[in-house]
Amino acid sequence: MNLEALIASSFDGLMLGFVYGLMAMGLTLIFGVMKVINLGHGPVIVIGMFAVLVMSQALGINPYLTLPVVAVLGIAFGVVMYFISLHRVINAPELTTLLATFAVNLIITGLMTVIFSTSPRGLDVSLGALQFGAVTILGTRVTAVVIAVIVTAALYFFLYRTRQGKSIRAVANNRNAAELMGIDSTWMLALSFGLGIMLAMISGALLATLFSFTVLSGGGLETKSFVIVVLGGLGNPTGALFGGIIIGLLESITTIFIPVSWVPVLEFVVFVLILLVRPNGIFGAR
Amino acid sequence: MKTLTNAPFWLLLVVIAVVAAAPVALNNVSLREDFFLILMLIILASSTNIIMGYTGYVSFGHIVFFGTGGYIAFFLMQSLQLHFVLAALCGGIAASVMALLIGVPVLRLRGAYFALATIGINEAMRSFVTNFEPFGGSIGMFFNFSVYDAYGGAKNAGQLAYYGIVAVALLTVAASFLIKKSKFGLGLMAIREDQDAAQVLGIDPARLKVLTYTISAFFPALAGAIFFFKNGIIEPGPAFELHRSIEALVMVMLGGYGTVTGPIVGAIVYDRLRSTLITAPPINLGTLTINLSNFHLVIAGVLLLAIVLFVPAGLIGWLRQRFAPVRRYLE
Amino acid sequence: MTPILQIEQVSKRFGGLLALDKVTLNVNAGEIFGIIGPNGAGKTTLFNVINGVYAPTLGRITFRGENVTGLQPYDLSKRGLARTYQVVRPLAELTVHENVTVGACFGRENLPLEKAETVADEVLQFVGLTARRDMLAGKLNVAQKKRLEMARALAARPIMLLLDEVLAGLNPQEVADMLGVVRKIRENGVTIIMIEHLMHAVMNLSDRVFVLDYGAQIAEGTPQQVSSHPKVIEAYLGDPKIAQRFLEGTG
Ligand SMILES: Nc1ncnc2c1ncn2[C@@H]1O[C@H](COP(=O)(O)OP(=O)(O)OP(=O)(O)O)[C@@H](O)[C@H]1O
Ligand SMILES: [Mg+2]
Repeated sequence: MNLEALIASSFDGLMLGFVYGLMAMGLTLIFGVMKVINLGHGPVIVIGMFAVLVMSQALGINPYLTLPVVAVLGIAFGVVMYFISLHRVINAPELTTLLATFAVNLIITGLMTVIFSTSPRGLDVSLGALQFGAVTILGTRVTAVVIAVIVTAALYFFLYRTRQGKSIRAVANNRNAAELMGIDSTWMLALSFGLGIMLAMISGALLATLFSFTVLSGGGLETKSFVIVVLGGLGNPTGALFGGIIIGLLESITTIFIPVSWVPVLEFVVFVLILLVRPNGIFGAR
Repeated sequence: MKTLTNAPFWLLLVVIAVVAAAPVALNNVSLREDFFLILMLIILASSTNIIMGYTGYVSFGHIVFFGTGGYIAFFLMQSLQLHFVLAALCGGIAASVMALLIGVPVLRLRGAYFALATIGINEAMRSFVTNFEPFGGSIGMFFNFSVYDAYGGAKNAGQLAYYGIVAVALLTVAASFLIKKSKFGLGLMAIREDQDAAQVLGIDPARLKVLTYTISAFFPALAGAIFFFKNGIIEPGPAFELHRSIEALVMVMLGGYGTVTGPIVGAIVYDRLRSTLITAPPINLGTLTINLSNFHLVIAGVLLLAIVLFVPAGLIGWLRQRFAPVRRYLE
Repeated sequence: MTPILQIEQVSKRFGGLLALDKVTLNVNAGEIFGIIGPNGAGKTTLFNVINGVYAPTLGRITFRGENVTGLQPYDLSKRGLARTYQVVRPLAELTVHENVTVGACFGRENLPLEKAETVADEVLQFVGLTARRDMLAGKLNVAQKKRLEMARALAARPIMLLLDEVLAGLNPQEVADMLGVVRKIRENGVTIIMIEHLMHAVMNLSDRVFVLDYGAQIAEGTPQQVSSHPKVIEAYLGDPKIAQRFLEGTG
């Protein structure tokens, strides 16, 4: 085994892990607040990717400068999606909300396929690289990590320091009690869905700066998000960040010991085992 | 059992058998191919309904049994020259044993956790098979030409596969009906409504659920064995395609969750809709040309959303709710 | 005569809360045994422990001479124990008749479906729900749901029946009807333990009454003995409304 290779790939994995964490945070936030597993998560990530692609190519804007626009679009889209697909069935059994969000998945995937076809795309961003011995750190990755951290911090500031954020947490804790305290729970549910979608879209935008992608990239990223969310504990945003880092590290480090193609086997076996043994995540209470 | 003297039960089976015989009688191969697919979807939807509609456990990754049955049967036919029927049965039994083993721990999970676990199992299995060299790894396996010779050539093998799928479809629908109308089925529905109350009424939920899961794994595995036998090639992607699993859920919802005829109707409507959309000629609106085939996913999504939001009982469920006399005939 | 149910030193802890504290009691075959106590005293928890929903943290439960501590609810159902829920739990998407058939199918006699369906019809007749036979259980009103709870439990042909506040939320006419049903059940030889807040009902129906407060026994005896017990009056004075009813009920 080669120590330098190990260090190099752990760095890579660590950095990717932050973006994965951000991606899964959107899913886990929505589950935490309204007990909905958003099966439209993958296509929403893809919307984020194409939003950057379109804006940067059509308008010639630097991809990173489009991120605030992506965020605003994300919240708006999430709120609309909530009212169209979920509001009516928010108290129905889980199956109903699973299918409602899956319907949205089909609609988005279908529309995106019609508009963009399924051919591979890529953003042409390069921010150079730093070299430390065998370790190469790409500028795009560092930037992605920094942005992921900023967005996470902003999310926490919002949830813990602002009135609306506190209301969201109250609704997540106990919707009836929150309503008795005069909180408009419908709006809070819509807003948190909007936030979840925003996180997914931003992470999509960041992933677009790192890898090439297609309209169908969402499927794999969605299942990866499930794994991360379960690792960190369903409904726990901090857990999602750690889960993301674990998966990022796992994907990069294990490839030194086992063939790349075995990594998903490991991931999903771990996923099922954690669901069985520690359904609140590896950091959660039993 | 009383069901065996029940007219709607036999009526349903006879209707399916007669309709399924049409392409053979007409000697129409393309119609046979269409029917093959519909019957396969009926098997997937009906067996999903047994665990999801009767018991309330939404198995998102039910396709794992289709893939597992398909792979095991394919391997046995290809490497050991086992007869198609025997190989399919082995595939079915293997899938059931697998369901029994994973069912014991996984069925303790409730709601979303169970749904996620079934997705995880399917993905784990798919990525495992992708690496499993005896099954051809990521390339999969394909038949030597000699395999079909044992059945009188590829053409006859296609016919044989069709008989197989008809038989399995009848078997699945019959099982679904018998379960629904039995004491066992009543126990399942009690679990679906309120598992804790069901326990207090004397039901051992773990035993019933695992048994149900085991049964509901058997039929898709047979379908997988037959499907890939007909195709002559099997690959990890198509064998464990999560999307197909979720489509089966859509069919169940479309026709009516927890009913016997619902998944059948759902499968037919869904399949017809999809193929109509895919093959529809483009619509010309002056300068604008709309190609419906590109919109089939969108339309399927809109339809599903409309059903979930406005007709959650599905077509058959809605009929049963609205017109009480229908209930006697449409289970 | 050995008691049909013996509860010895049973405790149940939920985290930091001791919901049952070394409860000991005996119930004789054929009696109506009343359990009273302020809200949160642990009455429902006692039922949950008796019928296996929770295993007791400590102690031993003997039913018909057999140690049943830690058995599952379905095991106990097969041995002849049935219960109703304080907060009704109908199987909402099944019909009334199907609900009761579940009780008959999986209860003590483990009947085949067709027999169970007949039994269900008899029991529906008995509790007066025949007219609602084919309605979805979720659509019943509260009084009807309480009867359904009762019917489902009875269809199991139990030896002992645990009734958790079957009178709560009923109007006086409905209470009178329900009391009639309870009496008839006892006449059929079923042993009954009932939790009840409605004092005059407990005091009139019960052969013996057991008083629970903060998870511990504070009194046990005939209705007369219990109602004049100083500790009981003290416990109920913490809950003025019930104290009032308590004093009225026993006059
Ligand atoms: N599953 C549980 N987990 C934690 N605490 C519980 C649980 N079940 C009951 N408790 C607690 O145990 C105590 C006793 O509750 P229980 O329901 O047995 O009271 P009760 O006497 O039936 O009251 P009521 O008259 O209101 O029905 C309460 O403080 C309750 O909050
Ligand atoms: Mg109680």
